Amino acid sequence: MSTPPSVPDASHGVPHPTDQEAVDAVVQAALAAFAAAADLEELKAARLAHLGEKAPLTLANRGIGALEPQDKALAGKTLGGAKGRINKALAARTEVLEAEHAARRLVEETVDVTAAPRRTTLGARHPLSRLTERVSDVFVGMGWEIAEGPEVESEWFNFDALNFDEDHPAREMQDTFFVDPPQAHLVLRTHTSPVQVRSMLDRDVPMYVLCPGRTFRTDELDATHTPVFHQFEGLAVDQGLTMADLKGTLEHFARQMFGPEAKIRLRPSYFPFTEPSAELDIWHPGAKGGPAWIEWGGCGMIHPNVLRSGGIDPEIYSGFAFGMGVERTLMFRNDVPDMHDMIEGDVRFSQHFGMEI
Amino acid sequence: MRIPLSWLRENAQVPAGAVAEDVMADLVRVGLEEEDVHRPLDSLTGPIVVGQVLTREEEPQKNGKVINWCTVRVVPEGQSQTLTGDGIEPSGVQGIICGAHNFVVGDKVAVTLPGAVLPGDFKITPRKTYGHVSAGMLASQSELGLGEGHEGIIVFSDLGLDPEVGQDALPLLGFTDEAAEINVTPDRGYCFSIRGVAREYALATGTEFSDPAARVQVSAPTQEEIEVLLQDDAPIRGSEGCDRFVTRTVTGIDPDAQTPAWMAERLRLAGMRPISLPVDVSNYVMWELGQPLHFYDRDKVQGPIVVRRAAAGEKLTTLDGKERTLNTEDLLITDATGPIGLAGIMGGEATEVSGATSTILIESAHFDAVSMGRTKRRHKLPSEASKRNERGVDWEIADKAAQRAVDLLVQLAGGTDRGTGSDVGTRPAPVVVQLPHGYASARVGVEYTREQELSSLRGVGCEVQEGAEADAVTVPSWRPDMHIADDLTEEIARLVGYELIPSTLPVAPPGRGLTGSQRARRRVLDALAAAGLTEVLAYPFVSQAQNALYGTPVQGTEVKAVHLANPISAEFGWLRTSLLPGLLEIARRNHSRGFRDTALFEGGVVFHPREQLGSTSLPRGGARPSEAELQELNAGVPDQPWHLAAVLMGKASDGALGQPARAWDWADALDAARLVSDAVGVELTVEQGQHQAFHPGRAARLLAGGRPVGWAGELHPDQLAAGDLPERTVAAELNVVELLAAAPEALIAASISTFPPATQDVALLVDAAVPASEVLGALREGAGELLEQVELFDDYRGAGIQDGKKSLAFALRFRAEDRTLTAEEATAAREAAVAVAAQRVGATARG
Repeated sequence: MSTPPSVPDASHGVPHPTDQEAVDAVVQAALAAFAAAADLEELKAARLAHLGEKAPLTLANRGIGALEPQDKALAGKTLGGAKGRINKALAARTEVLEAEHAARRLVEETVDVTAAPRRTTLGARHPLSRLTERVSDVFVGMGWEIAEGPEVESEWFNFDALNFDEDHPAREMQDTFFVDPPQAHLVLRTHTSPVQVRSMLDRDVPMYVLCPGRTFRTDELDATHTPVFHQFEGLAVDQGLTMADLKGTLEHFARQMFGPEAKIRLRPSYFPFTEPSAELDIWHPGAKGGPAWIEWGGCGMIHPNVLRSGGIDPEIYSGFAFGMGVERTLMFRNDVPDMHDMIEGDVRFSQHFGMEI
Repeated sequence: MRIPLSWLRENAQVPAGAVAEDVMADLVRVGLEEEDVHRPLDSLTGPIVVGQVLTREEEPQKNGKVINWCTVRVVPEGQSQTLTGDGIEPSGVQGIICGAHNFVVGDKVAVTLPGAVLPGDFKITPRKTYGHVSAGMLASQSELGLGEGHEGIIVFSDLGLDPEVGQDALPLLGFTDEAAEINVTPDRGYCFSIRGVAREYALATGTEFSDPAARVQVSAPTQEEIEVLLQDDAPIRGSEGCDRFVTRTVTGIDPDAQTPAWMAERLRLAGMRPISLPVDVSNYVMWELGQPLHFYDRDKVQGPIVVRRAAAGEKLTTLDGKERTLNTEDLLITDATGPIGLAGIMGGEATEVSGATSTILIESAHFDAVSMGRTKRRHKLPSEASKRNERGVDWEIADKAAQRAVDLLVQLAGGTDRGTGSDVGTRPAPVVVQLPHGYASARVGVEYTREQELSSLRGVGCEVQEGAEADAVTVPSWRPDMHIADDLTEEIARLVGYELIPSTLPVAPPGRGLTGSQRARRRVLDALAAAGLTEVLAYPFVSQAQNALYGTPVQGTEVKAVHLANPISAEFGWLRTSLLPGLLEIARRNHSRGFRDTALFEGGVVFHPREQLGSTSLPRGGARPSEAELQELNAGVPDQPWHLAAVLMGKASDGALGQPARAWDWADALDAARLVSDAVGVELTVEQGQHQAFHPGRAARLLAGGRPVGWAGELHPDQLAAGDLPERTVAAELNVVELLAAAPEALIAASISTFPPATQDVALLVDAAVPASEVLGALREGAGELLEQVELFDDYRGAGIQDGKKSLAFALRFRAEDRTLTAEEATAAREAAVAVAAQRVGATARG
């Protein structure tokens, strides 16, 4: 940084207002000082020295009053012209230095963007919840409604209404959580099917509903079992529904979840609440150990006794139902090897998926 | 159910080259799901041949053991060895060391030659041992993976065999056979037999079925052995406990008779352990025909046999040696001495067949499935017999199964049919189902031909009487699962093939999308995730202590909770009344795994019993309950509101370039609650509160629409210490159902003023105990309509402020809808606000 020019004192360097040569010298000095100013700070000092209260030109200007009247015009013109040249030079230099300053500031403000701290972070939804929502969205898109029901449920809705005989083995203690005392006939629902019955009792035919929710069986937690799990269950009751309608619905759904190439297959099976009944397999080209049919869920035509429990006349209406496990779906769709990961609540599991599955 | 293929082949046309996988692929099409393949040969590689012991020299060892140095001929005499390889003697005579002693020179034995690999990847190689080179091994049953046979090596004469030397030993030991294991659904008990599966196999492949029952020639007993009386005084659900009881008698049982190798192998492949010839025969017949049998030592039974229900307090010691106290619903086989068997489930110890039994009394009976299921569950006695009896056995098979057992005992045990026995009971009326023409097609969506329908039904054993509009279908005696036209529809559909069902997509009526509550819950969950929290799902099982702590703000208040009758863990046998215990457990788990800075949330239901817990009686299924019955059912179902809770522990953000670390604090818990309420469009009111689980000075009681909806704040330091959680962990919990009740149905749009705001600050001196929310409320009320927003920006206590007081500074923003406010108007509004604050909470303006 260069030394700012010293403020000229009153006795030295003040040109006579009409002395063009001396004034020019002052102007040249000012212009030289501006040109020499390396930054806005120095330019400010140069401006004060050459245009300030004690600058030679300012002092010379004050001397005009004392001049002879005939010299005043010349002096005014001389000094005015000089001041104009100085101001012009100052403005030009200011513009240059400001531009330089701005450019330098941008350079100086450079940060290492790769070292940026994370101030807000996205959390995560649990993949089981998101998968349930996605499944629901597929069916809502088809005009279906989403129905819900209680997790602690009356045995009537969980069993009797679904054509589970009072002696059906599923009603044994070893499968079902019973509320104490068992005479209260309350259970933790073993499937989402009681919501089917509630839907039939509450809604008008035709009805197309999906019932997602949490379900319970008395299994110990291991790599493929958990006592608390999630299902979604579909129910359609209308006039003239057939197994072909069931198959078409499942095929459409499978394609939404697994892509346009998805294939399904139905195999004869048995459930108390459907007749005919079927197991649903899905073709999994990416299965570990090579492409394979994977068991996905159960389905069938709603048993006439179940329709009757729901107050629907099986002589007039027919319906189909299907149910799948959310955990199982997630396991083979997203390659989750161990049930523990879904259950334990380790934040890494949810965070890996983020907001989508 | 495991099906040895050789057994299936006796009754169905299984192609010669077919393996278990092929059979299962055929069976799965008709609904018998593939489970597993059992192929003992898979774990063995030959050469394993029949050898004859030429010499055997006993050589005592220093360690006290005596080993045998043997030479064994492994090719027929006069021939030379065609096998080659390290340790294979070209002469055909191997030198082999053997530690077992159950053989003599001349015995034919199973020789594993060098190059063979036994189960467990045990490779046979020549090796130097006990001063010889032993090139091969004389194999025992267990070494070949045949299970626990008797001690010692296999000697073929013990198995009743005299094979050629050099012959492949594996087929002799059953190793050419394999079993297909299938899963049988509960409705198809008849498939717990070779007979039933063979029929299904024939149907699946369109081949001939040869009924093993039809091959049995029943020679009906001419004389009663023991009188049999069926006396059920208390039928369950209207069904007699026993409606057929067949007995037969076989005398002169040879106690030394062994189970032949072919039978033992089939039983082993079927998954049953061979035990003794009589037991094996009864299991064999059960597997083949599906009829559980029971054998009594005739000499220990003192007639007459009465089949009846147990008397209260009656006792029976069963075969397993356990004394069982009987229930009056249990069906018993009794003789003059009392109970001698738990009918269809397990026999009694006193009349058991033993090695000394010379006369066997065979029981082959038909029991009521419901009665069997109940007794099995009551006494926890699942067995192959109970499995079949509780699903229902073919009524017609009882005499044939008894005859088959007689035949086998005569053939294998040297017994004689005494020609005595009995066959009492009543044949049930046949089940006839009307199947309207076109019914199956209309249900399945496939146009079945008459031929397809008739051949399917007749194939499964139905008799079909064709009618003008409907067929009268008599279902076979082995199919107690078929009752209605829909059952017949399934038979037609599965036999013609599910793969022929086309796909059609039914169109639902126009829908309404998600409900308001469903949308709101999604918004809440997404909002918290977007704010950086991670969703987790906890089990709803908690301890009584956890409910007592988190379920009520006031210590000692009783928390009503749902208790499980059969929880996984007795301690955690209650259902949650708060989400916090589960969330805190997950927080602790993450903390212990090194995630110390964690923000978690969960949405889910909690459980509050109502005054009425459940219902004492249930309506019958199959009919819509009356409104009164439905009301009664629903009144007993606990209230299950959906809650949302969050737990924040450790730091909200780590220290990083240009920013200090920040710990979560009580205000973040409130913020989480406010995010939830904002997401559903409800304004939360915050009150200073007291909750036993929270820090006494840092808990907020949350209200919406004047009703309490939850809590937020810092958890009690004692609870955090006890739960191994970091200090200053904070939490919030909201009842979202209550919260939503306060949400407006639809929002009315607010007008947006484009005039500039006027801002004013005010500092108020109040008692330190006065909550800021109350001062805010007073300011809002006093400032009137011009007030757009008011925020607390400072809480100062200390120098310059009187003890017990605090100075709260507020920023007020005023705006009018129709004009630019003057400074005077704004000041007047501020003074009005201060005046109300002065009146309400004794505030005085400072400075």
